[in-house]
Amino acid sequence: MSVNDNGTLVKVDAATKYFKRGSEEIHVLEQLDMQVPEGEFLALMGPSGSGKSTLLNLIGGLDRPTTGSVTVAGERIDRLSRKKLAAWRARHVGLVFQFYNLLPVLTAERNVELPLLLTHLSRAERKTHVDAALDAVGLSHRKTHYPKTLSGGEQQRVGIARGIVSDPTLLLADEPTGDLDRKSGDEVLDLLKALNKDHNKTIIMVTHDPHAALRSTRTLYLNEGKLSTEPTE
Amino acid sequence: MKFLKLVISNFRRKIIRTVLTILSILVAFILFAYLAAIRQSLSQGIDVAGADRLVVRHKVSIIQMLPGSYEADIEQIPGVADATFSNWFGGIYQEPKNFFPQFAVNPEEYLAMYPEFLLSDEEKEAWFSTRTGAVIGRNTAERFGWEVGDKVPIQGTAWTRKGGQRTWDFDIVGIYDGAEQGTDTTQFLFQYAYFDEARSFGRGLVGWYIVRVDDPDDAVRIATAIDDTFANSPAETKAETEGAFVQGFADQIGNIGAIIQAILVMVFFTILLVAGNTMAQSVRERTGELAVLKAVGFTGSHVLVMVLLEAMAIAGVGGFLGLGVGWLMISRGDPTGGLLPIFFLPTKDIIMGVICVIALGLVTGFLPALQAGRLRIADALREL
Amino acid sequence: MFNWVSQIFALVQFNLRTIWQRKGSSAAALFGIAGVVAVLVGVLSIAQGFSAVMNASGKPDTALILRSGADTEMMSGLSRETTRIIADTEGIARSTEGALASAELFVIIDLPKRSTGTDANVPLRGVEPMAFSVRSDVNIIQGRPFEWGRNEVIVGSGAVREFEGLELGRRIPVGKEEWTVVGIFEANGGISESEIWTDASVLQPAFRRGNSFQAVYVKIETPESFQDFKDRLTTDPRLNVKVIRQDDYYADQSTAITGLITGLGTLIAGLMGIGAVFGALNTMYSAVSSRTREIATLHALGFGNGPIVISVMVEALVLALIGGAIGAGLAYVAFDGFRAATMNWQSFSQVAFAFDVTPGLLGRGIFYAAMIGLLGGLFPAIRAARMPVAAALREG
Repeated sequence: MSVNDNGTLVKVDAATKYFKRGSEEIHVLEQLDMQVPEGEFLALMGPSGSGKSTLLNLIGGLDRPTTGSVTVAGERIDRLSRKKLAAWRARHVGLVFQFYNLLPVLTAERNVELPLLLTHLSRAERKTHVDAALDAVGLSHRKTHYPKTLSGGEQQRVGIARGIVSDPTLLLADEPTGDLDRKSGDEVLDLLKALNKDHNKTIIMVTHDPHAALRSTRTLYLNEGKLSTEPTE
Repeated sequence: MKFLKLVISNFRRKIIRTVLTILSILVAFILFAYLAAIRQSLSQGIDVAGADRLVVRHKVSIIQMLPGSYEADIEQIPGVADATFSNWFGGIYQEPKNFFPQFAVNPEEYLAMYPEFLLSDEEKEAWFSTRTGAVIGRNTAERFGWEVGDKVPIQGTAWTRKGGQRTWDFDIVGIYDGAEQGTDTTQFLFQYAYFDEARSFGRGLVGWYIVRVDDPDDAVRIATAIDDTFANSPAETKAETEGAFVQGFADQIGNIGAIIQAILVMVFFTILLVAGNTMAQSVRERTGELAVLKAVGFTGSHVLVMVLLEAMAIAGVGGFLGLGVGWLMISRGDPTGGLLPIFFLPTKDIIMGVICVIALGLVTGFLPALQAGRLRIADALREL
Repeated sequence: MFNWVSQIFALVQFNLRTIWQRKGSSAAALFGIAGVVAVLVGVLSIAQGFSAVMNASGKPDTALILRSGADTEMMSGLSRETTRIIADTEGIARSTEGALASAELFVIIDLPKRSTGTDANVPLRGVEPMAFSVRSDVNIIQGRPFEWGRNEVIVGSGAVREFEGLELGRRIPVGKEEWTVVGIFEANGGISESEIWTDASVLQPAFRRGNSFQAVYVKIETPESFQDFKDRLTTDPRLNVKVIRQDDYYADQSTAITGLITGLGTLIAGLMGIGAVFGALNTMYSAVSSRTREIATLHALGFGNGPIVISVMVEALVLALIGGAIGAGLAYVAFDGFRAATMNWQSFSQVAFAFDVTPGLLGRGIFYAAMIGLLGGLFPAIRAARMPVAAALREG
């Protein structure tokens, strides 16, 4: 993965995103610019409806901007076809969701294994990566458990393990502690911090909890489609 | 193959629902098998009718008799290889409901005309040389537990013996098997000589003729030639291919084939509805999960194939099991207790069944699969 | 709190409203049941129609005499002498013209059946003048009766419908002769309507029957005097006959076909019914599982197990009854009165009849639907009642 000379991993240029709801056109993001250097733990904050998740989706290749560009590690992902984007995501991005989004019919380790099914790794190799990921989040002893027998915090950690199993350079987390109690939430945040500090993973985290944002290395605020370094209100 | 595990794991979700859907499909295919067997049974004989055989009967009505002298005239016609006759006996064995067809024939000629009736050489010899000898098909023999050597008395109804006696005695000298699955093995055949000599009226007359032609393509021409030969005689004939003759009886029963087809189509439409709805429902419930898969990097095609495979697996398990169980049940024989003696599931219908199973899987899986493949990840995730 | 009935009432109202929300799954179960009922009613209406014709054909005061040992007219043979002896026997009702005894001849001819275009066996009956007094149902509705001694025929209304070439004025070729259709008759829906009638004395030479007949139909003095009449004939040393009541004769004839159709119909509908039960179970299970939270809440609020179970079953029953009604309605519209003809193997000839969707059949169909609904609702209902409250409140 190549980076720009100045170490920028993610570059968003004049991105605009409109949604059509019936006959209405809703402007979520308006001419937004953003740069994220490699190794940063960025917190994106803002009131609900401000477009944080939308921005995250654009960066993660889950959606395309209406106009503007999104460059990740020198690649214009807004130009990739849907099929190529899928492959790109599998290799380069790890996703962590607020509601964990584990498949209830799979055990913890099978859930973690999912992104690897898209690679050419052999069964043995996949197992090595999965074990490593589960170990990193401290859940090796629960790997054969189904999600419904895991607590919320444990489920989220499995989610994180899934997010890092393919060793992506970019980890995107959308309200990762939103559904957890304080204690579990802290465990998750500490885990993310460790991944960022010890393994140099670039993390962009969307959150509305200022307490969570304290762990980040930088915080940006999004309000009505515009970024700023200061919180509004 | 690693994806297969993912597909199979989906069955664990709402397992009762999966099992019930499979069971509905299973039952539907048992029905399919039965309907095919019934349809075959009602149109019995058409498939195995000899392509090179004609049936010649009295033009006015089959119950009218023809002169025995016609056989020689028929054999003179160019293109005719051989001719023989048959007589409907219509007797009763013990009681009317024990019905089976009985024919008075010329043994050597008849066996030559119907090579699909398999008889051992010694049984043939025994028949040729025993005046009161009778040869019966395996089906009828098993029905009454008859064996070679048994004596069977049959009450004539239309045919009484000279002197007014009604009982005709026969000795079973052979049991024949059918060369094909659909060959009629219910017939009771005995010597015309015994019949003609002892009957109280109708001497020298026969019921109808069976004619073998050299070239099946020539059949229609020869049939016309036969009818022309006897036009304007006291007993005019109507000659047709054996297939047409049998079809005529099937047609008299009515358009049963069409009714059965209609039922089949209705049944299938109903199952499609049920199974399709279940598939669609199960996919709808999983929009979030499918979005996650796509977010993680599975392509639209991946997801489409997975859903399709799931549908095919459900249809496959239910359908193939259903066909199998249906086949097993059918091989236990006639479900009506005597009215449909020849009862089996034809191979061509088994093949049709397999095609239907595959089609069911494809059709019920198609739309949900397409929908799943086209999921817009961001939208789907937002709806969570 | 509430008593059972009002609880059930409240729950059922709530449940029924949710049927619309789950249209897809409800529709699937509904149409499955409709299909089963339609098939069952449709197939059984064939048997019903066929036996209706047979039942309309027999009269308790009419007896049929055949040769001993014969089961059908076709198999029977009676000499002229024999028919005279029979006609002279005591016990036969009389009119001004004499004893009400009709000697008849029965043959079959080939005519093309309209529905298939291929030939089928049509009954041709030769009668004497007395026939019209004995077979009193027969009455001409178009044209006129045939003239005795001429090659003329009258045709039953069913036969005209089913076969080609039997309209008034048409000529039927029989052997080398042609017979003109001079009249069309009805016979109160009975089997005679599938027949062609003519003068026996003209039919006999055409079919080389000498002076023989096959059956004698007589009107006996009273239905009760049948046994005496029968004994008189069977003990007469000059005769070798068999005497049966006309309605028994036809009832026997119809058993084979109606038995076959009913047997097959029940088998098919039975299998379809099992399938429909699975479909209904599916629908109801999904109905219950999508409402775990509501049901748990109801439990928590104090609604009893019993009412909850019953309300689920009522929901299933309503769905099934709607489906059954649709299926029954469909069967009625599609099948009732549909005319057909099939082979009566006893007489070896065609019998025209109409599919008959009776209220009894419709009732049976709906009852069947209700059974399917109840079965389909039972297990899901039990599951709904057994749901552990706390877990369910957290779930879904």
